[in-house]
Amino acid sequence: MDQKTTNTPDSAIGKPEVRESAVAEAPAAAAKLIVSTSPHFMAEESIPKIMHTVVMALMPATAASVYFFGWRALLLIIVCVASCLATEYAFQRIRRKPVKIHDGSAVITGMLLAMTLPAGFPVYGAVLGSLFAIGVGKELFGGLGYNIFNPALLGRAFLMATYPVLTTTWVEPRTVEKAVDAVTAATPIGLWKFEGDMDFNLLDMFLGNTAGSLGETSALAIIIGGLYLRYKGYINWKLPLGYLGTIAAFSAIFWLVDPAKYPNPLFHLFAGGAMLGAWFMVTDMVTSPTTSLGQWIFVIVAGIMAVVIRIFGGLPEGVMYSILFMNAFVPLLNKHTRPRVFGAVKAGKG
Amino acid sequence: MGHRTFERGIHPSYYKELTSGKRVEPAALPRTVVIPLQQHAGTPCEPLVKKGESVQEGQKIADVKAFVSAPVHASISGKVKDIELANHPNGYRCASVIIEGDGLRREWGTGTKGVDVGTLQPEAVRQAIREAGIVGMGGAAFPSSVKLAPPKGRAVDTVILNGCECEPFLTADHRIMAEEPEKVVWGLKALMRASGASKGFIGIEENKPDAIEALAKAVSGSPEIKIIVLEAKYPQGAEKMLISAAVGRKVPPGKLPFDVGVLVNNVGTAVAVFEALNWGKPLFERVVTISGNGVREPKNLKVRVGTLFEEVIAQCGGLVGKELEVLNGGPMMGNSQSTLAVPVTKGTTGITVISADEIRSKPYEPCIKCASCVEVCPMGLMPYRLGDYGKLQMTAEFSALDGLSCIECGCCSYVCPAKRPLIQWIRVGKLRLRQEARKAQGAK
Repeated sequence: MDQKTTNTPDSAIGKPEVRESAVAEAPAAAAKLIVSTSPHFMAEESIPKIMHTVVMALMPATAASVYFFGWRALLLIIVCVASCLATEYAFQRIRRKPVKIHDGSAVITGMLLAMTLPAGFPVYGAVLGSLFAIGVGKELFGGLGYNIFNPALLGRAFLMATYPVLTTTWVEPRTVEKAVDAVTAATPIGLWKFEGDMDFNLLDMFLGNTAGSLGETSALAIIIGGLYLRYKGYINWKLPLGYLGTIAAFSAIFWLVDPAKYPNPLFHLFAGGAMLGAWFMVTDMVTSPTTSLGQWIFVIVAGIMAVVIRIFGGLPEGVMYSILFMNAFVPLLNKHTRPRVFGAVKAGKG
Repeated sequence: MGHRTFERGIHPSYYKELTSGKRVEPAALPRTVVIPLQQHAGTPCEPLVKKGESVQEGQKIADVKAFVSAPVHASISGKVKDIELANHPNGYRCASVIIEGDGLRREWGTGTKGVDVGTLQPEAVRQAIREAGIVGMGGAAFPSSVKLAPPKGRAVDTVILNGCECEPFLTADHRIMAEEPEKVVWGLKALMRASGASKGFIGIEENKPDAIEALAKAVSGSPEIKIIVLEAKYPQGAEKMLISAAVGRKVPPGKLPFDVGVLVNNVGTAVAVFEALNWGKPLFERVVTISGNGVREPKNLKVRVGTLFEEVIAQCGGLVGKELEVLNGGPMMGNSQSTLAVPVTKGTTGITVISADEIRSKPYEPCIKCASCVEVCPMGLMPYRLGDYGKLQMTAEFSALDGLSCIECGCCSYVCPAKRPLIQWIRVGKLRLRQEARKAQGAK
């Protein structure tokens, strides 16, 4: 029953005689009312949805790697994904954090790490690389969202340091007719770098019919996956295009100066990890800047670095190091490239 | 596409089709009304009537001398049953006048001759608007007379009527423009005269073609007024976004529209201005959209201020479903209600009822720096960082990132894939910053 309770006048209102109202209680509403704060509508995005879409986008490159390098490629991918998941699970259990291996982020790390390995890479090495990628590259920083460096690239960098020979021992794709299986062979970029060989086939490089890492060889497969991600709205076009555009433009300068010594921009775009890096590493949400200006600086500097390392560095590992290097600057870029607040005048920007 | 708009923002599902084609119907005369004494931004009113007193429909029942205020009028005739604390849809309890109706209603505007806009005196318009208790009817309920009295040295040259109505579900403004375009235009002209503005604009989103057509006809003989068709995008109806899209002027952070010579009013406010000046009718009823998948029969109703939500909803066939969220306003910025015994106020643009499965909130995840919030923030802020600083109450950092510029449109929370309640944390940051500022002032 409603009962009127007499209250002392509310001092905040002053004069009127104020009493507690009888309508305070809702008269038996049949429905249960939920109270929350605005906005009461949200987009249907979620972290697992994004991550699973990225996994889907990596499928063409996965298929291409199996096509060009055989089941050994699939084995490496499975080993990397499984060890990444296991590492993440172990870390989350030990640190008594909610286990979130189903969100798909560790699967992506595993797939991307495998993509950067040669088909003949030993399985134990793949396990170690995954352990490092997730353990040190991600979980030690605090897990998804807190890592500074791209975990897959960090895993690859670790393997470069520990197994420099194995990580650069490439095999010919099986589509190339050879007398014996799994002949070790140099990648186009290695041939150019160490032997000055400028006799490359751009179409083969574009399709993936050359020696190289699993997922790096087929530019076509990567572009298909990348465009799918763009279509889904999960990557910002300026990241891949800015990175590739810078690589093309900067390498074009060298090529124009001495076309006999430096390969043309298309070679740079289709060789090595440029495509994979542009569509799947540079665009990693966690380790790329959040501001528009920051994103431009990130991709342009990384693109220049990639070409510089390829041309002048000891190893042609331009893509990996350029992205890892720029990852380190992301917090700084986010801090100093704030978008202009609506209506603020230029001079007022601090 | 191709219509004018602002930068960034979002495109939520609109669901306007539920009510956009439905004419405004008068709601049933309520038997009892609960009229809050605070229905505007500013100082609350004090009652002018006593318990037991008889009041007429439209009689002023509460007022206060403060500058930023607007009086409150009886929405039905009858007897004052009580003056007591009652629930307010904005989530607090507020002294309210409860009137028991006698079932009589008054006819407004019959037999009155139209007033010639050209003869209006600015100060008289302002006074009439003040006396009629007119506040901004887009939801914020800022007293309209205050807007018409900008500080010395600030001249207004442009009046913009806001007909964007960018919140999903809501169609009250849409119907007003489609059904009463002449009143809208007359109100705009009166506001232009009162503010001394030479140009008038009506901003409408492209998704209201019938309203655009009706208004275009109504302004055909008035070259000083232009209709601006805007892209349907949220929050197109936010004052600063609208000004930027319509006249290309940007209101600097911490400044108000009159700082760039603009006065913005809702289209419903313009109609209220018309009725106040022509009929002497104060603001005691308004068009409310009742919509959402939790209401059996969505409608646009002309509801008297003080009518309880439950009564309004009952006139729309009642609620559907067991677990619901009832909002005062639309889903982007509305307040959810814990009881249906709350009154419609001058600022109630709509009552949106959403079923629980549409809103089921999930625990939030760590930020993955996806930059979605930065990409949609119409104010050019970095919501993910403001959210962190607000949550951690790091006021210096919060302030350095212009946290106070946040207009709380909710775009950032809407797009966040990690479901982080960014807007709540930013509200905490703003509140804490203001508290600190007050404390610092008190210490001086």
